[in-house]
Amino acid sequence: MKGKNFLYSQKVAPYVFVLPFILSFAIFWIYPLITAFTMSFQDIGAIKTEWVGLANYTKLLKDKVFMIAVANSTKYMFFTLVLLIPFPMLFAVLMDSNIVKAKGLWKAILYMPALTSVVISGTLFRLMFTEYKTGQMNIISQALGFGTYKWLKNGWSGMLALLVVACWRWTGVNMLYFLSGLKSIDSALYEAADIDGASAFQKFRYVTLPLLKPTTIYVLTISVYAGLAMFLESYMLWAGNSSPNNIGLTIVGYLYKRGIEKNDMGYACAVGVVLLIVALIINFAQLILNGTFKKED
Amino acid sequence: MKKKLLGVLLSTAMVATMLAGCGGGAAAGAADAAADTAEEATEEVAEDATEEAAAEEEIPVSTFGDASGTHLEMWTFVELHGQHYGKMAEIWNEQNPDEKIEITCTTYPYSDMHTKLLTSLEAGTGAPDICDVEVGQFPNVVAGMDQWLVPLDDFAADYMPTMVPARMQTYQGEDGHYYGAPYHVGATAMYYNVAAMAEAMGISNDEVIAKIDSVVTWEDYQALGEEYKAAIADDSKYWTSVDTGGTDWLWLAMAEYGDDWTGGFEGPANCQLDSVKNMLSLQQDWLKSGLAQISPDGHVDLEAGFQNILDHNIVSFPKALWYMSRFTNYMPEEKGNWYIAKCPVFEAGQKCSVGIGGTGTVVTQQSANKDLAAKFLCWAKMSDEGEQNIWDTLGFDVCNTAMWTQDSFAHDDNNQFNQFFINYPYDVLNDIGMDNIGKISVVAISPTINEYVCTTTLNEVLEDPEYSIDDALQELQDAVDMEQ
Repeated sequence: MKGKNFLYSQKVAPYVFVLPFILSFAIFWIYPLITAFTMSFQDIGAIKTEWVGLANYTKLLKDKVFMIAVANSTKYMFFTLVLLIPFPMLFAVLMDSNIVKAKGLWKAILYMPALTSVVISGTLFRLMFTEYKTGQMNIISQALGFGTYKWLKNGWSGMLALLVVACWRWTGVNMLYFLSGLKSIDSALYEAADIDGASAFQKFRYVTLPLLKPTTIYVLTISVYAGLAMFLESYMLWAGNSSPNNIGLTIVGYLYKRGIEKNDMGYACAVGVVLLIVALIINFAQLILNGTFKKED
Repeated sequence: MKKKLLGVLLSTAMVATMLAGCGGGAAAGAADAAADTAEEATEEVAEDATEEAAAEEEIPVSTFGDASGTHLEMWTFVELHGQHYGKMAEIWNEQNPDEKIEITCTTYPYSDMHTKLLTSLEAGTGAPDICDVEVGQFPNVVAGMDQWLVPLDDFAADYMPTMVPARMQTYQGEDGHYYGAPYHVGATAMYYNVAAMAEAMGISNDEVIAKIDSVVTWEDYQALGEEYKAAIADDSKYWTSVDTGGTDWLWLAMAEYGDDWTGGFEGPANCQLDSVKNMLSLQQDWLKSGLAQISPDGHVDLEAGFQNILDHNIVSFPKALWYMSRFTNYMPEEKGNWYIAKCPVFEAGQKCSVGIGGTGTVVTQQSANKDLAAKFLCWAKMSDEGEQNIWDTLGFDVCNTAMWTQDSFAHDDNNQFNQFFINYPYDVLNDIGMDNIGKISVVAISPTINEYVCTTTLNEVLEDPEYSIDDALQELQDAVDMEQ
């Protein structure tokens, strides 16, 4: 009798339905998160593990290479935001308008890179940016009369290469987010704007942009994380985790270097925790400024 | 309300994407070590790049031997290595009918395999009987010494007198026991493009070879280079290329002087060595005089390096003997052009080679059949039969010197490497001699040194040949001291 009540209880049912998610979230996300946090206070050796208090963190503060990694990741994140929000938005608006023909083809072309493996595309980009005279970039620069250039050995051009890969890969994805946002805007609003005599730009500025805000915030949030957590692109572009003067080293790259290459899991966990905190701070600041947490009027 | 919900959802998404980002990155990174031409010379890894890429999608598992025999589990990161054990298992079963074995070889991607092995050793369960460990990763694994691994001393004893000592020591633990069985020596030798030199200098191949053979010291080497440069009179052609992304030249210099910047197990690491300084200042001179260029993309073991060699922009460079397979795989057009010789030395009488790269195979303490596994492993990697198969299928310079002088082994004209080069590679090895192959330790501090040298020191010193070597080495030492 009691069992039957339980099964038919309307109070319990929702919990049963969300249980699979809660469980997998707890086991695969929350548990590792807590473990990583505790491990960041330990020195994890081959045979014994010791508590070392804040030693990993104090070492991190003095670690110049880590600072380079933080600077690189931050720069990369900043430039991906600058490049990967306005342009995909523009493309999405174009795709939604009547100006562009063969939209399906364009969408497919822009989205295709997201489906390819970074391992393969990264290797191809590495060969394109090689300092040898047969690389595409050097062929172009020689044709323009600039001679060959060591693309992957200088800070700015290394960052450029990373951003080229990022734009190539993510423009289509972000465009799709914006497209889905555009589809949800009621066409009656545009008709009303037309009647009021709004120009195309005014319609974009006063109708599209505000109504696209939730999508923009979503894209911004995930881009901040994607930017800070970038690793594979750099790993492939420099054929490993070591780049000249660490110009391609990212925070996650450094975490990988410490955790996997040097088997210093405690220190790597401290790097991970710092990354998490930095990313949370940036995103909460951004979300608060955008008014996401404000009460609705 | 709606906004609040969005806020909550976003916060959750943030944490999730963050973690997913890390997880995905590490896993994928693990898979693509195929392209990893790290300075610890993961030569086998790069060699089988295509195989590795395939390994991403499916994990190749093969079982060899007799199903009624003792079952052994083996992990590797190069499928070809597994096939070596498969072949050896068949021969073993024929020779040892009372101790038959069945071996299952699983090929994982490079980093995946090492991470799995370390995790299972730390956890005390789940490790295979036998496992390949790349030399750069070896310090992490050997840290557990006899609590994790089976000392191979007794099982290798029969072969020890003829094994290259430096190579066995590479896989020693802090306690002095041998924990890994090597595939190859990785002896460094000088590769010369005789055909290109003969053409430029207007003399016959034999005359060029005679000139190369008379090179003893770096001074001689430089003089021959100047002769070549004068003959070719072309600013885009160089005698050699120096590496900003690899430590091979510096390892060679240290081995010649008998130095070791890691300081071995006792430590501490000292990178401010005269051998290193001498080599770097020599290279700076070459760069200034136009005798050498900087290897495109950092070192010769990358696509740009192969192209540079194919274009005859450089005609000589030092590299371990496993680089022979790069010629057969990536530069088949060069067949018959190249000659292998001893490396020059700073002072006559010094050692003239150093073992670079490699993979040591270990037996874990978790194995239920430790003795059999260790016996089989040492036999498969050190006996005549084992070495023959290593040379034939893997193309490595084997560690058992007894084989070097066997005519049927060293001078087999069916072997692709014997066909490719002007001289027989094993003749060069015999000429060098096993006692003249030096060794640089691979210990816990090694990754730190290699990484700093390849990312910073070499870029400073070679990209700007006026840069003070002392300053660069001081910076290196400071970075290393922070870790020890």
